[in-house]
Parts: sequence; structure tokens; C-alpha cells
Amino acid sequence: MSRRATWLILGGSSAIGRAMADAAARRGHDIILAGRDTGDLERTAADVRISTGRRASVVAFDAMAIESHGRFAAEIGAQTDVLNVALLFGIMPAQQEMDRDPARAVDCITGCFTGAVSVLQHLAPHLEQKGAGLVIAFGSVAGDRGRLKNYVYGGAKAGLHTYLSGLRNRLRRKGVHVMTVKPGFVDTAMTWGMPGMFLVARPEDVARACLSAAERNTDVFYVPKFWRWIMTVICAIPERVFKRLEI
Amino acid sequence: MYREMTLSGWGRVRSGNALVARPERVRDVYRLFETAGGRQICARGAGRSYGDCGLNSGGILAHTERLARILSFNEQSGEIACEPGVTFERLLRVFVPLGWLVPVSPGTAFATIGGAVGNDVHGKNHEHTGSFGQHILEMDVMTPDGSTHTIGPRRRPEWFRATVGGIGLTGVLTRIVFRMMRVPGPCVLVTRKRVDDLDSLFSGLENAGGAAYSVAWIDALARGKFRGRGILETADPLAGAHGMARKPGPAIAMDFPNFALNRLSVAAFNAVYFHKASPIGRTAPCHYGDFLYPLDRIGNWNRIYGRRGFHQFQCVVPYTEGFRAISSLLEEIAARGAASFLAVLKRMGPQRAGYLSFPMDGYTLAVDFPNQAGTAALHSRLARVVTDHGGRNYLAKDALLSRGDFERMYPELHSFRDAAAQMDPDGQMGSDIDRRLGIRQR
Ligand SMILES: Cc1cc2nc3c(=O)[nH]c(=O)nc-3n(C[C@H](O)[C@H](O)[C@H](O)COP(=O)(O)OP(=O)(O)OC[C@H]3O[C@@H](n4cnc5c(N)ncnc54)[C@H](O)[C@@H]3O)c2cc1C
Ligand SMILES: NC(=O)c1ccc[n+]([C@@H]2O[C@H](COP(=O)([O-])OP(=O)(O)OC[C@H]3O[C@@H](n4cnc5c(N)ncnc54)[C@H](OP(=O)(O)O)[C@@H]3O)[C@@H](O)[C@H]2O)c1
Repeated sequence: MSRRATWLILGGSSAIGRAMADAAARRGHDIILAGRDTGDLERTAADVRISTGRRASVVAFDAMAIESHGRFAAEIGAQTDVLNVALLFGIMPAQQEMDRDPARAVDCITGCFTGAVSVLQHLAPHLEQKGAGLVIAFGSVAGDRGRLKNYVYGGAKAGLHTYLSGLRNRLRRKGVHVMTVKPGFVDTAMTWGMPGMFLVARPEDVARACLSAAERNTDVFYVPKFWRWIMTVICAIPERVFKRLEI
Repeated sequence: MYREMTLSGWGRVRSGNALVARPERVRDVYRLFETAGGRQICARGAGRSYGDCGLNSGGILAHTERLARILSFNEQSGEIACEPGVTFERLLRVFVPLGWLVPVSPGTAFATIGGAVGNDVHGKNHEHTGSFGQHILEMDVMTPDGSTHTIGPRRRPEWFRATVGGIGLTGVLTRIVFRMMRVPGPCVLVTRKRVDDLDSLFSGLENAGGAAYSVAWIDALARGKFRGRGILETADPLAGAHGMARKPGPAIAMDFPNFALNRLSVAAFNAVYFHKASPIGRTAPCHYGDFLYPLDRIGNWNRIYGRRGFHQFQCVVPYTEGFRAISSLLEEIAARGAASFLAVLKRMGPQRAGYLSFPMDGYTLAVDFPNQAGTAALHSRLARVVTDHGGRNYLAKDALLSRGDFERMYPELHSFRDAAAQMDPDGQMGSDIDRRLGIRQR
């Protein structure tokens, strides 16, 4: 019988993170929620414990505090048997804000890319050593093409996609599967009240779909699935036309 | 941070435009108060109130859908703590298999615990079990200055009594602690019996006093010697029957055209429903989900009334006036031929937890009317009957009451106003019903 992995949720306070914790616990996994707002994570952990009967705990984690990642990864590695990782944290400042203040652009890159690479690089040896496990990391359809209205965030996610494809190759050699998720619009705090949203997916549906896809060893997962076709069309627009578009 | 939305009450008559925020965690509620910039704020749960108590035109609504976690549960005492957006549906699913049930539940499982506090809701067991607020041990409420207060029946009791039944006008709840009730299985044993007139219905409800749950459905369109005919339903918890599942139901996918509901079609429906019940009584096990929430099986049933929407008139009249008052109300309704599905009649006990709570020792009648010419006039005639007999209308259902009637119906209003003024001295909490009825009176 295979050992049940523990899911580490990085960015457990996001709506998708909470849904992921709930869906994974329902499938019989224990949960570790990691993030900055530990008070909020404790509330989610309690809910998971009561409604699923699985174990759920909380650890402090800050994606921007790069220097703390080594210690963090070592502790997680030591306290878990088989480990699965869901990486959900990310920030999306308004593009205009980043155009006005380049420091915000750097925050976005650190919050979405540098922090993710750092913590995954620190976790990778532990995953390799365990010789099994899944990694689900959240990129975005925004990373498939640099748009006028969202190019810094898109750039960070594009970097993450590229990084993940290399990590996938490295970890598969040790029995660990890495899945890149490219969500379209999901109904979370990030998109609530934003103009121009359509076909918005529910976090619960995204979480369940991601878990199933990862268990099938999907490499790159668009969710909802039709986003693959939307992005194929968008990527097919020649750059000399695309550079004039207002999207 | 906000989404501008036009929302309506469950009856779809009242609606309004508001900036809707959807806090994902307690900290977001704090930020909401911090950045409100003079706009009034009110919480909104599942929007199952019929009228305008979950609306805040031109202001901010804090939709609690995402503040929906269970925070603790004690398997010995049944004490539970949860966030306000947790629904009765979720608690039913998680706890009935463990042998626990929320002691007081409204007729829809989509309602939230925050909404249950806001209206101090009652169930078909009010006579024995009291209102929702009476099972609360303590709760956290965030007031507009951003501070969180833990209040309860013995901890700042005035603030507690202003907040339970206070339709969101004292602050935003962020945690509610109450006691669940043990159940011996997932079912009740229900007896349904056809009753031919109002006299027998009243005596049936009186004699049902021993049953945990009792309710009567009246054919509000029946006249003459049939006036008050209906179905008496009583139920008690059933031990065992663990394999029993809930029944699935249909959903109403679109608005019915306005002409679909008229005196004839409704009278026909009511007659069929009435004759389906057995005159000698039939007893069968029924899952709590189906028993407590019969209408939930038809998704979006409020669309049956079409785009014009509908009103629900719910009043309670004192015990001693019960029969006379209910007879006069039914007479008014039948005489006007106002198309209405089955009306609901329940016996209520005196228990209530808040200054603006609805219950009183007596009988409560609830009737739906499509929104059409003459409905407002009928409503005010019915409200007159209610005030003449010393009763009151339920704010959760109301969209038409006048200020004068409201003040006559709620004698503890001044205590509510005093406590609310302490909790929210600058009047930052507000809603459409508040402004319509002058509830806070700033
Ligand atoms: C089919 C049906 C059957 C019903 N049967 C019954 C019944 O048997 N008995 C009964 O008593 N009622 C009954 N009701 C009415 C219903 O229970 C109440 O209207 C209840 O308040 C609805 O809860 P909600 O979550 O939809 O709240 P909403 O309607 O969204 O809000 C109700 C009030 O609570 C306040 N509120 C909500 N959350 C918070 C919070 N976090 N902090 C502070 N205030 C808050 C709101 O401001 C508002 O004033 C029924 C309704 C329907 C549709
Ligand atoms: N919503 C969408 O439509 C959509 C579309 C495509 C991709 N995505 C991606 O999906 C993921 C989840 O997003 P969401 O929509 O659920 O947004 P969200 O609610 O804003 O969640 C963002 C999460 O990131 C965490 N975070 C931010 N900075 C952090 C830091 N320095 N350290 C640790 N955690 C940090 C936040 O936690 P705290 O603030 O509590 O610390 C929060 O949990 C993100 O990677 C996002 O880019 C979302």
C-alpha cells in the first residue's frame, strides 16, 4: 500500500489554497498550511480538521523573506514522510501602479517568481530524497503572452513556467511529478470587482480539477480547459499586430 | 475591492445598487471599515430575507460567503464556533452523520449562521426550543471603529440583545459560538394529516404540543366552510434509519410568465396538495434535510412568481387573540382572492433573544402574494389586523410596513437604539430597511 502524502500548501490563505486544502483532505491527505497570516490559516486548519477528520497544521512562511527558505524547507522535509507541494502564492499589483513605481514591479516579480524559485529550490533536494510526490505550482494564462494591461505579472509567471519545465525534468528522475497550472479567471480576492472578467471559475472546481490532473501526471494544465484554446488563438496573433492591441 | 452590483431580496420586489465587498478573512472586514469613506455598511449573508434587510442602496455590503469556516467543535458538549457565512446546509452535511444538528433552523438551508443571528430566526420547533439566538454562548462582532467585541447573554448583554435580531445594524459578526443538539439519527418521524377547517387546525396544533416539531399548511384560498382547511404536520426525532438519504429535486431555470400564477392555477394547486394528504394521518420517516427544507428541493423557486416578484406577509399574534386574529386575516386574504400558495401556521412560544426579535407567545401566519396592484393595500389592511390584536410582523420578510406600525410592533425599540448608538455612535451601519423604517433613528 502506498503511503499517503502530506500536502504543503504555500499561500494557504488564498481562496484557491483553502479549496485545495479542503479537497486534498477529503481525499485522505494531511495538510500543512503555510503563509504570512497565520491567524487566518489557523481558521482554515480548524475547518479542515473538523469537517474531514484529517490532520491540519500551520507554519509561518513569507515568500519575500528569501533567507528564511532554507530553514523552512528543512523543517518541512524533516516533519513529513511523502510530501506534495501546492504553490499558490502570488501578487498582482495593478499595471499602472507598477508603471508609476518600478519598485512595485520588483515586488511582483519577487512575490510571483523569485520567491517561488527560491522555496522550490530549497524543497527540491528533500523531494528528491523522498523519491515520490507531486508539485502543483500556479502560473497563469497571463504568462503566455505579455499584454499591455498586465505585462509585469505576465512576465513573472512566464519565468515561472519556464523554471517549472526544467524542474519537472529534474524531479521526474527521482519519481516526483511537477505540474504547471495555468488558470484563466478564478473567483478570488485577486479578481473580485475587476472589470472585464468572464467565464470565472469557482476555486473549489479549480482545486478539484488540479488534484485530479496532477494525479494523472499532467504536465501543463489549463483550468478551465477551454483556456488552452483561447491562449492558442492569442499566441497566434503576430507580434506586429499584438503590439497595437489594447488588451 | 468592491464589485458594483444590483441585488434584490428573496422576494425580488426590493432591489438596490451597492458596492459589494466579499471579505475572505477577518482582516478584510477591518479594512472595509477603515476605507468606507463615509459610506454606510451592512453585512449580507445568503440573501434569503424576502424584503430589504440585506440591501444597502448606495452603500457598502459585506457579503459573507467566504467567511465560512467551522472554527471549533466540542464532541462532548456540542459547542461549535464558526464564521458567519457558514450555511445550515454545510452544518447539516458535516454534523448529522456525527449525530448533531443545529437546534433551530429556518425553512431554508441556504441561509447562513450570520443571517440566523441577524433575524434571530425560529423553526418549526420554536414552542419547545426557542429562537436561534437563545442557543448562542458568545459571538465576536466588529464595530465600525474596527474593534472586535466578544458579547453574549452574560457578557455585555445589552449589546448582545441589540445584535441578535438586530438585522446587521450594530456591526459585522465574525465568529458565533452556539450549542448544537444531539439527534439519534438522520431522520424525523413525520405525521401528516388533513384537517377540514380552522377550528380543527387550531385544536390540532394545540394537541400537538408534545411533538418536537409542529406546523400547519393552510389553503389560503379556500372559502366558506372550507376556510382554514389544511394539513397538520408533526414530527419527532427518530432513532436509527442511518441509511436514509435526502431526495434530489428539480430547479426552476427561468422566470415564469406573470400570468402563470393566478387565482385559478393556485387554487387548483392548493386543492391537489390538500387532497393528497390523508384524513386519518400518515406517518413516515423523513430525512432532516427534506423535513426542515422542503422548498430547497426546488432550486430558485422564487422565480415562479415571475419578474414582478412577490411578498411574504408573516406576522405573529398573541396566544389569547390567536384564533380571532388568524380568522380575520384569512378572511381578508380569501375575500380579496389574492393568489397565494399554502400559508403556514405555527404555534410559537414566548422565547426570544433580542430587542427586535420576532417571536412572541402565540400563533404565526406566513402567506405569499405576487407583487401586483392592490398588494400594498391588502398588506396594510392585514397589518392593521395585526396591530389591533397586539401582534407584529417579521422584519426578515418585510418590504411594506409603515414606520408607525413598526414602532407599535416593537416595544423594545428604544433599548435597541440605545445599545446600537453605543456600538456605532457615528451611524456608519445602515441598510435599506433601516432607512425605510427609521430603525436606528439617528
Ligand atoms: C424558503 C425560506 C424559508 C424560510 N423559513 C424561515 C423560518 O422558518 N423561520 C425564520 O425565522 N426565517 C425563515 N426564513 C427567513 C430567513 O431565515 C432569514 O431571512 C435569514 O436571516 C436569512 O439568512 P441569510 O443568510 O440569507 O441572511 P440575509 O438575508 O443575507 O441577511 C439577513 C440579515 O442578517 C444580517 N447579517 C447577515 N450576516 C451578518 C453578519 N455576519 N453580521 C451581522 N449581520 C449579518 C444582514 O445584515 C441582514 O439584516 C425563510 C426564508 C426562506 C427563503
Ligand atoms: N484569480 C485568478 O483569476 C488567477 C488567475 C491566474 C492565476 N492565479 C494565480 O493563482 C494563485 C492564487 O491566487 P488567488 O487568485 O487565490 O489570489 P489571492 O487570494 O490574492 O492569493 C494570493 C496568495 O498569495 C499569498 N502571498 C502573497 N504574498 C505572499 C508572501 N510574500 N508570502 C507568502 N504568501 C504570499 C497571499 O497570502 P497572504 O497575503 O495571506 O500572506 C495569498 O494567500 C496566484 O499565484 C495567482 O497568481 C489566479
